[in-house]
Amino acid sequence: MNIRRLTILVLTVAAGCSTMPSQETTHTPSHAEVAALLKSSFKAKGQAGLDRLDQDEMQRLCSEVRADKPLAPDVAEKIVKAQAATLRYPPGSLLGDWKSGEKIAQTGVGMQYSDDPTHPSGGNCYACHQLAPHEMSYGTIGPSLYKFGALRGYTPEMQKYVYGKVYNPDAFSACSNMPRFGHMGILTEQQIKDVVALLMDPSSPVNK
Amino acid sequence: MKIAMAIGVAGIAGATLAASLSLAQDKGSAAAGIEQYRAALADGNPAELWEARGEGLWKEKRGPKKASLERCDLGLGPGVVKGAYTILPKYFPDTDKVEDLESRLVTCMVTLQGFTPEQAKKDPFGGPGKKVPMDALVAYVTSESRGMPMHVSLAHPKEKEAYELGREIFFYRGGSHDFGCTSCHGADGKRIRLQDLPNLTNPADARRAYSTWPAYRVSQGEVRSMQWRLNDCFRQQRFPELEFVSPASIALTLYLAKNADGAKFDAPAIKR
Repeated sequence: MNIRRLTILVLTVAAGCSTMPSQETTHTPSHAEVAALLKSSFKAKGQAGLDRLDQDEMQRLCSEVRADKPLAPDVAEKIVKAQAATLRYPPGSLLGDWKSGEKIAQTGVGMQYSDDPTHPSGGNCYACHQLAPHEMSYGTIGPSLYKFGALRGYTPEMQKYVYGKVYNPDAFSACSNMPRFGHMGILTEQQIKDVVALLMDPSSPVNK
Repeated sequence: MKIAMAIGVAGIAGATLAASLSLAQDKGSAAAGIEQYRAALADGNPAELWEARGEGLWKEKRGPKKASLERCDLGLGPGVVKGAYTILPKYFPDTDKVEDLESRLVTCMVTLQGFTPEQAKKDPFGGPGKKVPMDALVAYVTSESRGMPMHVSLAHPKEKEAYELGREIFFYRGGSHDFGCTSCHGADGKRIRLQDLPNLTNPADARRAYSTWPAYRVSQGEVRSMQWRLNDCFRQQRFPELEFVSPASIALTLYLAKNADGAKFDAPAIKR
């Protein structure tokens, strides 16, 4: 599959190079060309090294998605399967402390070159989601999670789903906009449990 | 004036939407408050101070060659500033490169004024207590295109190549958070917190966004260039640092400029 895709890209590049300049045809630069350009245009700073530009297979496949080129069902299935294999659930209760979860949801720092790497990262959930109703300043890139647990039931299965979704959302929906907080080491196990509690604890303001 | 009208229309659309959604009522009034704040800001833009300083710097004899930038060719011929920004980035035969405004200014500072490339690129962005020539020059040159339609060319093969690379960079997802430009700027009607996000693949949004950079940022007390805008987006994207006037930065700028084709340029603007 990879080799076939690469072959097609190489052929496209070759065809693009052999045609004359002002052709209307759209040439798609190869992944190698784009990666090389990026490597020559960025410099390592703070905790963000040039390795941040190296894509894993999922990032590479998701970068090919366009309005006129939606994710093919077989590729989506392949991604979900590979990402599901990364899921790791800690033993015992997955329900942490919703008050800590709320702080994590409010905090946007972490992993930027301007951030202190010794300081824990936030989840920045409010940047994209509505959660507790007292917070009016929420984004809309992701769905509203207001009353998440109240609407779905406070079951252990739902706690496990939320833990997995925060750990690696692409294990459920390929090419999600949401970071893989657990898989990429952005949030710790305890932090993810706290976020689970923010959504799943009956006493959390999210469920009021 | 046009901005005020656009803000009014957006405000009405926002209010209609808010009325149709439960729980969204307070959010609607918060958004209206932000629009009111923006309208109030538009009356007096401190960017004028950068523009005036930039015009002085353009005409001042500087560098080892003690020359001004008045013979700098920004694409419309040596010394032509009026409207020059509307066609940038573009291919320049003398450097055999596609250059945006900032990289072209670096070229002129090197060739006309005798600075080394390192000296010309040393202080790309101002900061607290540090005013840099680049910000002022960018403010001056862009202000001379205010009210004019934007139109970049893809006629030269290197322009087309840069555009296509820029498009791939826009969709390139990576880093610790799997973010790409498209994560925040690839869909209509999204917000981060209360900040509206332009969909830069949608011409109407792309025009509105592109034509209002550079901008005086009230929260920072600085005029910020397009190079700064991209640099800080990549920081938040958790990428390493985008180098000033790097090939990727110019390719991405050309892609964004092309998406904004036909926009009436309206900057330096003022933003929160």
